[in-house]
Amino acid sequence: MQALTSATIELCDIEKSFGSVQAVRGVSLRIAAGAITGIVGENGAGKSTLMSILYGLYRADSGDVRVDGRPVEMASPRDAIAHGIGMVHQHFMLIDSFTVLENMILGAEGGPLLAGGLAAARTELARLAREYGLSIDPDARVADLSVGEQQRVEILKVLFRGARILILDEPSAVLTPQETDRLFRILRTLKERGVTVVLITHKLREIMAVTDHVYVMRQGRVVAERRTADTDSEELAELMVGRKVRLDLDKALPRHGKVVLRAEQLSLVDERGVRLLDDVALELRAGEIVGIAGVTGNGQSELLQVLAGIRPPSGGRLTVGERVFDARHHGSPAEMRTLGLAHVPEDRLRQGMVAAFEASETSILGYQDEPPFTRHYLLDGSAVGAHCSDLMERFDVRPRSPGLRSSHFSGGNQQKLVLAREIARRPRVLLVGQPTRGVDIGAIEFIHHELVRARDAGCAVLVVSVELDEILSLADRILVMFAGRIVGEVEPGRADERTLGLMMAGAQAA
Amino acid sequence: MDEVFSFVFLMLASTLRVATPLVLCAMGGLFSEKGGIVDVGLEGKMLMAAFFAAATASVTGSAWAGVAAAVLAAEALALLHGLACITYRGNQVVSGVAINIVAAGLTIVLGAAWFARGGQTPPLVGDERLLPLFLPGAGDNVLVYAALLSVPVTWWIIARTRFGLRLRAVGEMPLAVDAAGLSVAWLRYRAVLLCGLLAGLAGAYLSIGQNAGFSRDMTAGQGFIALAAIIFGKWRPWPAFGACLVFGLLDAIAIRLQGVRLPGVGEVPVQLVQAMPYLLAMFLLAGFIGRAVAPRAAGVPYVKEH
Amino acid sequence: MRPAYGPLPAWAEITLLPLINIVLAFLVVGAIVAVIGVDPLHALRLLVVGALGSPESIGYTLYYATNFAFTGLAVAVAFHAGLFNIGGEGQAYIGGLGCGLAILALGRWLPAGLMIPVGIAAAALFGAAWAAVPGWLQAWRGSHVVITTIMFNFLASALMVYLMVNVLIAPGSMTPQSRGFEPSGQLPALPGSPLNLSIALAVGCCFAVWVFLWRTPWGYALRTMGHNPEAAVYAGTNLRRMTMLAMGLSGALAGFVGVNELMGVHHRIVLDFPAGYGFAGIAVALMGRNHPLGIALAALLFGALQQGGAELAFEIPSITREMVVVIQGLIILFSGALVHLPRPWLQFLLARRA
Repeated sequence: MQALTSATIELCDIEKSFGSVQAVRGVSLRIAAGAITGIVGENGAGKSTLMSILYGLYRADSGDVRVDGRPVEMASPRDAIAHGIGMVHQHFMLIDSFTVLENMILGAEGGPLLAGGLAAARTELARLAREYGLSIDPDARVADLSVGEQQRVEILKVLFRGARILILDEPSAVLTPQETDRLFRILRTLKERGVTVVLITHKLREIMAVTDHVYVMRQGRVVAERRTADTDSEELAELMVGRKVRLDLDKALPRHGKVVLRAEQLSLVDERGVRLLDDVALELRAGEIVGIAGVTGNGQSELLQVLAGIRPPSGGRLTVGERVFDARHHGSPAEMRTLGLAHVPEDRLRQGMVAAFEASETSILGYQDEPPFTRHYLLDGSAVGAHCSDLMERFDVRPRSPGLRSSHFSGGNQQKLVLAREIARRPRVLLVGQPTRGVDIGAIEFIHHELVRARDAGCAVLVVSVELDEILSLADRILVMFAGRIVGEVEPGRADERTLGLMMAGAQAA
Repeated sequence: MDEVFSFVFLMLASTLRVATPLVLCAMGGLFSEKGGIVDVGLEGKMLMAAFFAAATASVTGSAWAGVAAAVLAAEALALLHGLACITYRGNQVVSGVAINIVAAGLTIVLGAAWFARGGQTPPLVGDERLLPLFLPGAGDNVLVYAALLSVPVTWWIIARTRFGLRLRAVGEMPLAVDAAGLSVAWLRYRAVLLCGLLAGLAGAYLSIGQNAGFSRDMTAGQGFIALAAIIFGKWRPWPAFGACLVFGLLDAIAIRLQGVRLPGVGEVPVQLVQAMPYLLAMFLLAGFIGRAVAPRAAGVPYVKEH
Repeated sequence: MRPAYGPLPAWAEITLLPLINIVLAFLVVGAIVAVIGVDPLHALRLLVVGALGSPESIGYTLYYATNFAFTGLAVAVAFHAGLFNIGGEGQAYIGGLGCGLAILALGRWLPAGLMIPVGIAAAALFGAAWAAVPGWLQAWRGSHVVITTIMFNFLASALMVYLMVNVLIAPGSMTPQSRGFEPSGQLPALPGSPLNLSIALAVGCCFAVWVFLWRTPWGYALRTMGHNPEAAVYAGTNLRRMTMLAMGLSGALAGFVGVNELMGVHHRIVLDFPAGYGFAGIAVALMGRNHPLGIALAALLFGALQQGGAELAFEIPSITREMVVVIQGLIILFSGALVHLPRPWLQFLLARRA
């Protein structure tokens, strides 16, 4: 095996847009050879896009990638591999039905017949296992491996190709804490052997635990660069979340009513046996806004889906009004609606609306069976149109054209339309996921006011958001979720972004 | 004793005769489907190949020219399928259906225009046909042996070669293939072309081996039976081969059973025996007998985000 | 790396792109005609005259169009639900069996005023049942309707041959066909023409499908499922039940081909009457952009092609009526599988102009 020393990688003024969304805005950074560099930021900060550009999966709109100071073209992963760059993707690029060995050699088979390549790979695998402590059964089918083992296969695959620069995208997102610790030991060993490591994560604990150097990204930009030794979690949390001006809401004190929704020991286990929700208990009272803070992927989406009747829980009890549901007798979205539960889903394009439908059709999604929209088994087009015009008027949706395709509205106006649809039914419980994701500033303020108005009208509102300042300004009570559990409850007056950020990152429990 | 022996031999021979186009087609379909391209157009490719084989053999007097023309015709349709499904990311099923319908019509239109026999080609005689090699009367022409050979070769390519590994990968997870720096499109084109080659041979066998000329709709659903065999073989060459033999045997039995009353059962409807491949495939698809898992990315155009 | 296909301006998407696709299909047809040695324009003239030149030919055109409308609607209803029903052929066959059985059983006792609606209902019921099995297999067992509906075409064909040869064959008959229907089971037709009351049923179905899809909550839910299953779940739709409903309706519509053919023309159960209408329905639906109005127009065009093609084959012996099948196939190819073919060029041209 040739002892390649790894090169220094530089990214210079990288820009990348997807349609109208600017994902990466003029980013420059330097990845030092033989060290572990961390890139930290919230979801959507542009970290993964940036690394996909480095790996040749996406092409930058402008800017250079430089290896040892020379600009190089990264047109496809082939180029990246040729420069000794390997990537461990957040979603593994492994073929479930293949063995470990077959996955290892894909694209580097060493000849037209497999036999020789497989034998050579087996030897090489044994060597890598010895050298880096990455032991794995070469003949196991990937589908039968645990997630942690699959990740080891990914790392081995990259090393097998002779990569000296290893990019890991959110490697711990799918790992248990023990597996994460094991991964970190592996990363340190790799560094000792001269491998350059780039770690993309939103978890501060991990940055502090293994990196030498850290870049903080926010909204497509690098906002800070630190030596890990010179910084601490508090500073990074602040940099990561940003200090946006808090949107001050004219908000009266909540008048707590009776409990309208109660979850007890709610749990959700997926088909792979991963625990997505773990012993979640919460109460919603009429006339309050409860905010759920947390980094994406810690169970908030699943919580919303279970509460809305979209996914049946695996265990626990859910009480909505007078009705009690559990794993055996779970509700459906339609049933939940008749109980007065409305739901603004996190991903409005995928769940809350039909892009190809006219706005007026989107304005009755989920309520299409009810009068006045349906009378004598027929949809009343004029009633639907009038309803949509009314919603557009009340919620200032622009343009006010009920006949326009839903996908032709801006994100903010789509969100206002979905929100209008759900609030207009005067629900007893309103679940709102990411109320202002992809929404412009003006609409944010409007949406916040409407949520508070719904609360003041006696509705129990549950808001899930990754935007901390949104939770801070809206919520009367804040629950923090981490790894499928509610790890703490905070009153907004007593919480600041720093403590919340630490709790969200799993660094501290209240 | 001799009678039993000759009965077994006759059944075996007629099973093989019927199974040959199924085997060739099924192996072709396997390449395509393993690579993630669903091919419901096997029927059309085979039909078109059968027509061009007979037409060319009749005009040139050479069976080998017929085989070459069959392969070319099937490859042309295979390329069309590839263009629609790989390059233009069209719906693979729609493309396959279109190819079947075009072939059904075009073979008759061209046949009627060129030979003026209502869509048939002139009867082929002598060297215009592929003749039995060793066993006169058994119909063991070269394509029967090609079909028998195609199974181990297909197995070997898919299981033991670099191309096979990449092919399986691109049918399961094209993104992983892309991330490994390989071309998804080029792999899939090769799969589709291999499919065309084998479907072409199957068509040639029908019109210039098994029969002496082309007649309209002579494939009569065999492309779909081959598809059923692939499903029944759970996308593996040897079991798919087994399914083809079973289907061939069913057909041989169906011919024998015509008008025969079985004790206790009465007359078995021929149609029931003929429908068996489809019924069996259906039960398998429904998960009542085992589970057939198609290549995961089959039928899905690969769209890379940019 | 090829750029993803972005949308064209709305007007180009609805008019220009489909038009170019059809023109491409007909250009290929013209080339084939030329290869055969016939002047394409001359053939076109003969075809148009053959389809529309006399009251009789118009009657045939409309009669064929009736079948195309049924199968086109069948494909479209399933398509709006995100399902690809290739089983129209078999559903038409079994639908015909249904109305035939009903009339053979009841024709003696029921007056036409009752027999005709019962026959139509039986066609719908049998067609729906034949489509419901693949629907059920997809909804509950996860096997894709594309493959199962294809297989069901063959099963329908085998079943019909068995029934016609062994069970339903008229006593003393040499050909496998049932005894004739009583007059009460025959649809009124124009004298000397196959055009019968079924065309009214087809027009009614076009309207009813439009009402169902765009003016009822079930149609709304069905379209939601087709566009965005996740949103349909969010909206409280039971996807399994909706799959069954969509396949059932689709099968019932295809089954009406049996009404036109058996109650309208043959007046007995015969073999092979679906004659490719089920597959052609895919072309009709694609060309009609899955909208009942578009399907009605496409059905008329296909009816004219069918009739004109027959006349053309009569006039020019070197062209057979299977030319029409080639045209259908090419339209499926260009308006379906290769629908994106002209897109990059159009984008380029329109972008330059703008």
